[in-house]
Amino acid sequence: MNPIIDIQNLDVAYGDNVVLESIDLQVQAGEFLAVIGPNGSGKTTLMRTILGLVDPLRGQVYVFGQQPGALGALRSRIGYVPQLMTVNFQFPVRVSDVVLMGRYGKLGLFHRPGRTDREATRRALEQVGMAELANRQIGQLSGGQRQRVIVARALVSNPDLLILDEPTTGTDAESTESLYELLHRLNDEEHLTIVLVSHDVGIVAQHVDIVACLNRRLVAHGRPAEILNSETLSCMYGDEAMLFGHGAIPHMIVERR
Amino acid sequence: MEILGYTFMQRALLASTVIGVVCAVIGVYVVLRGLSFIGAGIAHASFGGVALGVALNLNPLLTAVVFCVATALGIGTVSRRGHVSEDTAIGVFFASTMALGILIIGLQQGYNVDLFGYLFGSVLAVTTEDLVISLILALIVIGTVALLFKEFLFISFDPEMAEVVGLPVTPLYYLLLTLVAVTVVLSIRVVGIILVSALIVTPAAAAQQLTDDFVQMMILSVAIGVGASLGGLFLSYWLNIASGATMVLLATAIFFASVGFRRLRGASI
Ligand SMILES: Nc1ncnc2c1ncn2[C@@H]1O[C@H](COP(=O)(O)OP(=O)(O)OP(=O)(O)O)[C@@H](O)[C@H]1O
Ligand SMILES: [Mg+2]
Repeated sequence: MNPIIDIQNLDVAYGDNVVLESIDLQVQAGEFLAVIGPNGSGKTTLMRTILGLVDPLRGQVYVFGQQPGALGALRSRIGYVPQLMTVNFQFPVRVSDVVLMGRYGKLGLFHRPGRTDREATRRALEQVGMAELANRQIGQLSGGQRQRVIVARALVSNPDLLILDEPTTGTDAESTESLYELLHRLNDEEHLTIVLVSHDVGIVAQHVDIVACLNRRLVAHGRPAEILNSETLSCMYGDEAMLFGHGAIPHMIVERR
Repeated sequence: MEILGYTFMQRALLASTVIGVVCAVIGVYVVLRGLSFIGAGIAHASFGGVALGVALNLNPLLTAVVFCVATALGIGTVSRRGHVSEDTAIGVFFASTMALGILIIGLQQGYNVDLFGYLFGSVLAVTTEDLVISLILALIVIGTVALLFKEFLFISFDPEMAEVVGLPVTPLYYLLLTLVAVTVVLSIRVVGIILVSALIVTPAAAAQQLTDDFVQMMILSVAIGVGASLGGLFLSYWLNIASGATMVLLATAIFFASVGFRRLRGASI
């Protein structure tokens, strides 16, 4: 079967600054992939390239067999949770309106949202535990609650591919755990393909099938147990990083100078 | 109410209502998307368009439409493609189009009084031809917004996500700028080039103080816009003062009342 995402020999640059180099990465249908790496290692850029928001300098990217710019209606099969939502929170929209926007691509130009769209909105808000706050104005939520609304917006179109860029920034331990539970369930039961960007090596090792370690280049790619060793970590975080097992959860420590 | 019997007054009433509605509707997107300065820039550009129409002996509203839409798209393109910020692009176009208008007028023989009507507005001098042009333009604006209501909302709120879900964000943005330009032109006969952007921004800004719901904001904005333009029309007629200025000051008064109302309500919660 063809991979959902197929990246071949990809370079990406902002002006003269090459931030991704020689990336080769395939994501198969039903895979749960985590992309980890230090700040500025190009994780967000990689996601934005997959979504067609940034153009490659060299190399090929295919999503559902198409180049990101030519996805057309296939776009509505992708759900995206951006790292930062740069919107005006004074905007007069309610939580349910924001989530409903996730279906606009599927609806197409000129069409008004109907019963099924509202039903999907309600379901997505329930999945992230935000159903009670559906009528709140978006600015009247806490940071963690906003983050959950954005996850709901990514889920509302029933995507086949879900891309999350550090979705647990600012959420408490309980919401973080329930988000991972939800992602597990969607991955297992609905065969949803998930690409998750994260900082937390420990959490990632516990939850995902495959890890990609990024630091401008793809440093390592494989099952967490196989690749999360001191060699890859020092390649990403420097020689001071090391990994130790503590129960079932591997931890990483970085020595401070 | 015998003044309603005069045809000039009937034309003025109709024209005021139309611009009250259209400015208020477009104003909601202008306020929420942060396009107020673009609105002012386009309004000043219309001076060049009007001057061109007068010089070429064409209907100035028609030349102004072409001129303003071109300016709006120019501002959009330069700020998206070039290495200049949006407000710099506006600053450049703003002054140059106005300067062009002044040059064209300078080349004209004699003194053209009619231009003052466009600068400051004169609702009682609206001709049937002006009215027909305004009505057609208004129908185009309102019809387009009715069709693309949810798309304009999404690109105003979160353009990047709108792109991700597959909306044609850039064409929609240019279309929105075009609608702002058309709204400016259809309003200048009544409120004048100098004041038109206030009539676009103020009712929507007042409405925003009163609600957290997008549809309610739209409805309130229209109510305030029509109230200000009709109220301003009658007040200016009875007090024999400038109509465009009265409309704008009435809208401003409503805006401050709304700000006060929001503070009172906030204090009582
Ligand atoms: N819009 C931009 N213009 C220019 N350079 C950029 C832009 N966005 C990112 N960069 C640069 O590209 C590099 C990679 O950035 P990116 O945001 O992809 O990193 P990241 O791995 O997501 O980091 P973080 O963990 O902090 O989110 C950084 O060096 C950054 O300075
Ligand atoms: Mg990032």
